[in-house]
Amino acid sequence: MFDNNLRGMIDDVRDGRMDRRAFVKRMVAVGLTAPLANQILAIGGVAMAQSPNPYKPTKRGGGGPLKLLWWQGPTLLNPHFATGTKDQDGSRIFYEPLASWDVDGHLNPILAAEIPSIQNGGLAADAKSVVWKLKPGVKWHDGKPFSADDVVFTYEYASDPATAAVSSATYAGMTVEKVDDLTVRIKFKDPTPFWANAFVGAYGCVIPKHLFAEFKGGKSREAPTNLKPVGTGPYKFIEFKPGDLIRGEINQDYHMANRPYFDTIEMKGGGDAVSAARAVIQTGEYDFAWNIQVEDEVLLRLEKGGKGKTLYAVGGDIEFIAINFTDPNTEVDGERSSMKTKHPILSDPRVRQALALLVDRESIKKVIYGRAGRATANYLNGPEEFVSKNTKWEFSVEKASALLEEAGWKAGSDGIREKDGKKLKLLYQTSINGPRQKTQAIVKQACQKAGIDVELKSVVASVFFSSDVANPDTYAHFYADIEMFQIPMTQPDPALHMRRYHSRNVATKENKWQGPNFPRWVNKDYDAAVDAADTETDPIKRADLYIKCNDLMWQDNVMIPVMHRLAVEACSNTVRPALSGWANQTDNLQDWYRET
Amino acid sequence: MSQYILRRLMIAIPSLLGISVVLFVVLALAPGDPFSELATNPNVPPEVQAALRTKFGLDDPIYLRYLHWLVAMAQGDWGFSFVSRINVDTLILQRLPTTLYVVGSSQLLALLIAIPVGVYAATRPYSLFDQLANTFAFIGFSLPTFFTGILFILVFSVKLDWLPFVYTDLPGSGIKWALEMIRQAIMPVMVLGLFQAASMTRFVRSAMLDVIRLDYVTTARAKGLGQAKVIVKHVMRNAMIPVVTLIALQMPAVFGGAIVTEQIFRIPGIGSLLISSILANDTPVVMAVTFVFACLVVLFNLIADVLYGWLDPRISFR
Repeated sequence: MFDNNLRGMIDDVRDGRMDRRAFVKRMVAVGLTAPLANQILAIGGVAMAQSPNPYKPTKRGGGGPLKLLWWQGPTLLNPHFATGTKDQDGSRIFYEPLASWDVDGHLNPILAAEIPSIQNGGLAADAKSVVWKLKPGVKWHDGKPFSADDVVFTYEYASDPATAAVSSATYAGMTVEKVDDLTVRIKFKDPTPFWANAFVGAYGCVIPKHLFAEFKGGKSREAPTNLKPVGTGPYKFIEFKPGDLIRGEINQDYHMANRPYFDTIEMKGGGDAVSAARAVIQTGEYDFAWNIQVEDEVLLRLEKGGKGKTLYAVGGDIEFIAINFTDPNTEVDGERSSMKTKHPILSDPRVRQALALLVDRESIKKVIYGRAGRATANYLNGPEEFVSKNTKWEFSVEKASALLEEAGWKAGSDGIREKDGKKLKLLYQTSINGPRQKTQAIVKQACQKAGIDVELKSVVASVFFSSDVANPDTYAHFYADIEMFQIPMTQPDPALHMRRYHSRNVATKENKWQGPNFPRWVNKDYDAAVDAADTETDPIKRADLYIKCNDLMWQDNVMIPVMHRLAVEACSNTVRPALSGWANQTDNLQDWYRET
Repeated sequence: MSQYILRRLMIAIPSLLGISVVLFVVLALAPGDPFSELATNPNVPPEVQAALRTKFGLDDPIYLRYLHWLVAMAQGDWGFSFVSRINVDTLILQRLPTTLYVVGSSQLLALLIAIPVGVYAATRPYSLFDQLANTFAFIGFSLPTFFTGILFILVFSVKLDWLPFVYTDLPGSGIKWALEMIRQAIMPVMVLGLFQAASMTRFVRSAMLDVIRLDYVTTARAKGLGQAKVIVKHVMRNAMIPVVTLIALQMPAVFGGAIVTEQIFRIPGIGSLLISSILANDTPVVMAVTFVFACLVVLFNLIADVLYGWLDPRISFR
């Protein structure tokens, strides 16, 4: 009913029978947020009003230096080699994509003249092609004109396997062709409802053809421009010391009016998060510090009478406890947690549900994450239209105990439950990281009350997240009963996020544990929903499919969400950064300014 | 003499080879890989990580990787960093000046404090000055640099707001620039210098006390030489022999940087390069830094031995 009404209204707006504003108002009246209403319009084929970030300065420059503190300094400045977010952030100072993501997960045109939509002919109805119109008159820092050739070259560069670009997957399954000097067309092999991946955000940065052409493929490492970036961005390159310092100066020929505001930019690396927060909030030596993963208690103390404050950006990063559906203690053909086994304890849905009841999200938020977390029952937490309203969570030792009792786990003499002479004992692993060890302790305590013996294990992050085939302690091997970590959502679309758990993606010895479905969960309904969503061009049906996926994960308790984590930054009281939880911190750097 | 130096250098070759084998094997056996950051990024499929491992030869057997490294090193090719994909020698040369400046100044400060205080304390053992010097020396080397460093930051940066605690290699020249460079180096140099000075003071004092009681010193005094002349010309020269060894053996540290202090003050030196490379499993950089460090230790040992002969002509080289 609601669905039909909505469709009608979208058509009304498109054909001009209803005012855009009126539509948003009605949506807000039925409980949707304004950005969501806009998003519905956009995916319904109505061109989005461009949503630039608020920007006050009326002239270019004159803002003095902007001092950024990244406690892990960028180590390379080629966006297509950027292994970590720190490298993406550093590269993004100089290079630009066709569009960036704004606060609400909307596209904001950078090098594009406009955002493609069905209305302006940019998007094909079958979702198999996108036409990007480029902004005219844009110049590279060395004065050469920017054109469609550079965009096509970027695609060729990144998708060449010999280049070994980390962005290669972003440009897979498509071809990019030049229509004219200021127009490019992307053709997808399969219908791609989420078309805004290539040329958008960190891996979307366009690189200059005239400087990289000779260094495509095997010779990619030798390009001198890898160290001395020449982009189109708001700041021009001066100096780079890997892991330590990036310096840039204002680009007087920048293609956006009155931008940028600052005369120079400095990005300093090294040290730790606490002292970075101190340098911004307490002493004011720096204007902005990135990724302040510090206990809220400490931040609140620093903020008292300080020169800065913390900022929170909402994205879709989720900290969760994953459940192993296979048996980590039985070896089959040289592989533990093999698909040929079933977990002796956790394959019982009642035990999984009991575990979910034992994660006290409210306490974890209060004690550990504070303002940087939101308790949630969902694995998929954004953007709004993909968030399920059908789920709920609670913390109850009694209900968990009752469920375990029902599943046949009776309390033993030592308080630990047992069934058929076997103890209810679980191994709970995670990476070494303050908040995670505290969360482990909170969960363990609740489990003990319910009669589950939990053994804790923590692995150094560089091992836990490595792809080392021979190391049994990686998250992908998952040689434990449950494990906890965070998966970031790097774009405001759930496709990649949800495709992980398709049953064809299970991590096994055969694929060298490269399959991203590490819980080794197999559910036919889920597979069908993900497959359908991958090619579903109707945005509303597509959102429904992802909500269904999320609900299936919730019903099956594959993942027990611990915290929907927000990005935390420290910022001087006077600087007005443009941040988005859906993008790198520097993704809207051109709009940063200082309030005087 | 030159024959002695040549022989020592020849002996150094097998030991350096041994050191390099041990370093390489330990690093190769250590778990983790430089691309772990890619693991949880849903935008990057695991095949990319695997392709990078193959491209950088991380999947080859250890002995092959070692041979590749050794052959390249012998030709002066230090390889490139897996993390930043920059040549390792460029990376090290970028960091070296800062380390030389900060750690070098702190060693100098340590010497400027330790020698006068140690000598003066030894001439008046158990006096009030000696007691005070001893007490401070004890406190000084009992407090680790990570503690004093943070204490200094809290007092001088946060409370008093006198000094910056983030060290940046500023570009520029002129007096204003030089003053700024000195200002930001004050805290790290003090932290490192005072720590070094504490142990060195005690060392100088005991070396002086060993010599000051010898008969020839009494003879010199009996000849009617003044106190200053006796101490400086007769006692100090002999007492300095062990001190020179100590200083010479500390010289590699000037090049190697100070890991903890560099981390606290964000000094872009060799020490912070080493620690971040270790954390990122960036084998070529770790290998180069540690190997250069090993070479420096061997070299300065040799220099210390040669200096002995100059300070004490009775020592001969065979």
